[in-house]
Amino acid sequence: MNADIWSLSAIAVVAAVTFLLGYVGSRKANTTPDFLVARRAIPATRNAAAISGEYLSAASFLGVAGLVLKDGVDALWYPIGFTAGYLALLLFVAAPLRRSGAYTLPDFAEARLGSANVRHFSTFFVVCIGVLYLVPQLQSAGLTLTTITGLPAWFGGLVVTVIVVVNVLGGGMRAITLVQAFQYWGKLFAIAAPTFVLFVVFLASPDRGTQPISDDGVVKFPKAETVTIAEQVVKVRVDEPLTLKVRGQIDGRDANGAVFWGRGLYELSPGTTLEFTAGSPVPVIEGSPTSNFDWTRPQTGGISELIRTYSLIFATFLGTMGLPHVLVRFYTNPDGKAARRTALHVLYLLGLFYIFPTVLGVLSRLFLPQLLVNGKTDAAVLMLPETMLPNLGGQIVGAIVAAGAFAAFLSTSSGLVVSVAGVVSTDILPGKVRDFRWATVFTGAVAIGLALLLPRSDASLTVAMSFALAASTFCPLLVLGIWWRGLTWVGAVCGLVVGGGMVIAAQVVSVVSSYTGRWAPAFITQPALITVPVAFIVMIVVSKATRRRVPADVSQILLRLHAPDPLGFIQDRSIARFGTAEEKARLAEEKRRGAGRTR
Amino acid sequence: MSRHDAGKPEQPAREAWLGEQGSRPRRRRVVLADSTKKSGKALRTIIELEEQTSVGEKLVRDLIRQQLKSAFGLAFAVLIGMCLLPITFYLVPSIGDLEILGIPVPWLVLGLAPFPILYGVGWVFRRQAERHERDFVNMVDR
Repeated sequence: MNADIWSLSAIAVVAAVTFLLGYVGSRKANTTPDFLVARRAIPATRNAAAISGEYLSAASFLGVAGLVLKDGVDALWYPIGFTAGYLALLLFVAAPLRRSGAYTLPDFAEARLGSANVRHFSTFFVVCIGVLYLVPQLQSAGLTLTTITGLPAWFGGLVVTVIVVVNVLGGGMRAITLVQAFQYWGKLFAIAAPTFVLFVVFLASPDRGTQPISDDGVVKFPKAETVTIAEQVVKVRVDEPLTLKVRGQIDGRDANGAVFWGRGLYELSPGTTLEFTAGSPVPVIEGSPTSNFDWTRPQTGGISELIRTYSLIFATFLGTMGLPHVLVRFYTNPDGKAARRTALHVLYLLGLFYIFPTVLGVLSRLFLPQLLVNGKTDAAVLMLPETMLPNLGGQIVGAIVAAGAFAAFLSTSSGLVVSVAGVVSTDILPGKVRDFRWATVFTGAVAIGLALLLPRSDASLTVAMSFALAASTFCPLLVLGIWWRGLTWVGAVCGLVVGGGMVIAAQVVSVVSSYTGRWAPAFITQPALITVPVAFIVMIVVSKATRRRVPADVSQILLRLHAPDPLGFIQDRSIARFGTAEEKARLAEEKRRGAGRTR
Repeated sequence: MSRHDAGKPEQPAREAWLGEQGSRPRRRRVVLADSTKKSGKALRTIIELEEQTSVGEKLVRDLIRQQLKSAFGLAFAVLIGMCLLPITFYLVPSIGDLEILGIPVPWLVLGLAPFPILYGVGWVFRRQAERHERDFVNMVDR
């Protein structure tokens, strides 16, 4: 119970600071540019911290360590890809996108291609990606609160939604910039400090936590352990025979009492309780290596593992540049040069962070083998402190980790809600501040509804899917739009529909397969390797076929995107719609003068 | 409000953003954002850029090609470097047995090494891109 109090107070502190900073940041926020792009006045270093704070979601804070625990060295491709994505963003997108002066991604698409159609399709995919990304955040928030306090899962998601929506209602982008920048440093501390403490504990422990393993490298339980299977059916693979006590259902048949398991696959129904004795081998959830031998070595899963790795590299390397909540943060920089510097800062901030989840994942392999049975590896980071340090110290360290995880949900969800609400309010509603507020409430409601309805899977995997979607839709649109004169709106729309449609179809198939026995091959569960090139090819081919529709002003636009900032071509979009009174007056004046001169 | 109404006001906004150059070219005075610099001839070059005379067009095309070349070169280097790793691990599994200071080499190669390398590549690109832009401004400003 003490642990609960520590963790709950740490979470309360994070929530309070979030509110406070949000309040400070939003005192002066009253115009649409404030709400959408924080008046474009955020310096590079602070924006970089805010971007990193927003980007390090539940998938990074909890998911990476969980995947390392489960899949070992191959899981390290997630942090690499998550970071490398910013390099691609820096190389191809950052500066020109900022110079476009657009407010949102659909706004950019329309400005570049001169068609309202492409805008509608972009809006659809922004909302898709945003929601697909938001749902695992809220679900992980539920998991976190359940793990540390035992409160029901829906409660955590609801708390996060309410805090985020209230904060965003207050000041939009201006409010969350400060919050997210603070939360990056908070999260770095919340993962670095526990890692140092636990690593010292590990080094100081008498047997160095050496794990009992069998001759084949199968992990054994260091002490007796009881595992309960939660909501979903779980398949476990047994590589070494064992005896255990079961209460519940195995392979659909009732079981109660001692059971012998030989090598093979076993299906466990929700609610089944398994009691293992100390020293019995650990059954491992299907799809992950069962022995430490395979776990420490890369690429032991054969060809399909290889394809999955390549697909993951593709999706994360190219997907980051298509994430609407990340891109919208680059619009808050004052100019293109600052946007480029921001992306560079982000590279080292992320690299600094990702060292720590890896260490925690390795430690949890030693101390938390029971998570391999029920597959709830996302909880590893939260459970590790108290397992390794069963005293007050462990409770405090655990509270720090819980607070960090909570900060992760808050900052990522805030960013997603702002970007989706920004798009909904400007593209579907008239785009006033009041519309932005309605869109915020609407987005929050949809997200929490879906989070409660949909089944939970690993945060990193769902997030990887939204990366695949972003990489197959906005990545080709942005790269071709920024660098190639020949892109037409017809080509862009075809590419968006084909690329996005294929990923969504693959997602549906893999959800179905996860319910009916995981039969989907690797290129469906990780589709990016195929869908990204297809989207590029479709966009290029269709654009070539519809060459007549290349906008007449394409050279003008490319000049604006690429001309160095000091030449002064940069100009914000939509001043006529959203600008302050003086901006509108200046625009009208320029128009009048321009007209006067031609006469 | 119907979708038609929502679509219509877009057009003037886009024209305003394009500085009215989109539909028909017309002469227009352009003021440097950086007003501290003296800009006599520069102004003419900038007008040429804006109005897309053949000179201006050529200048912009060259700039874009330069930037794209840096970006593509670095991106391909990184992507090929990343893509070689899994296939190497797959074909030469004995790499997994190597250890440095008790840590298996693949863990070091994947867990630590990529981050400084990615930052380094980003740093090189930022320098190149800013140099291209500086050269471009100098050329216009001469």
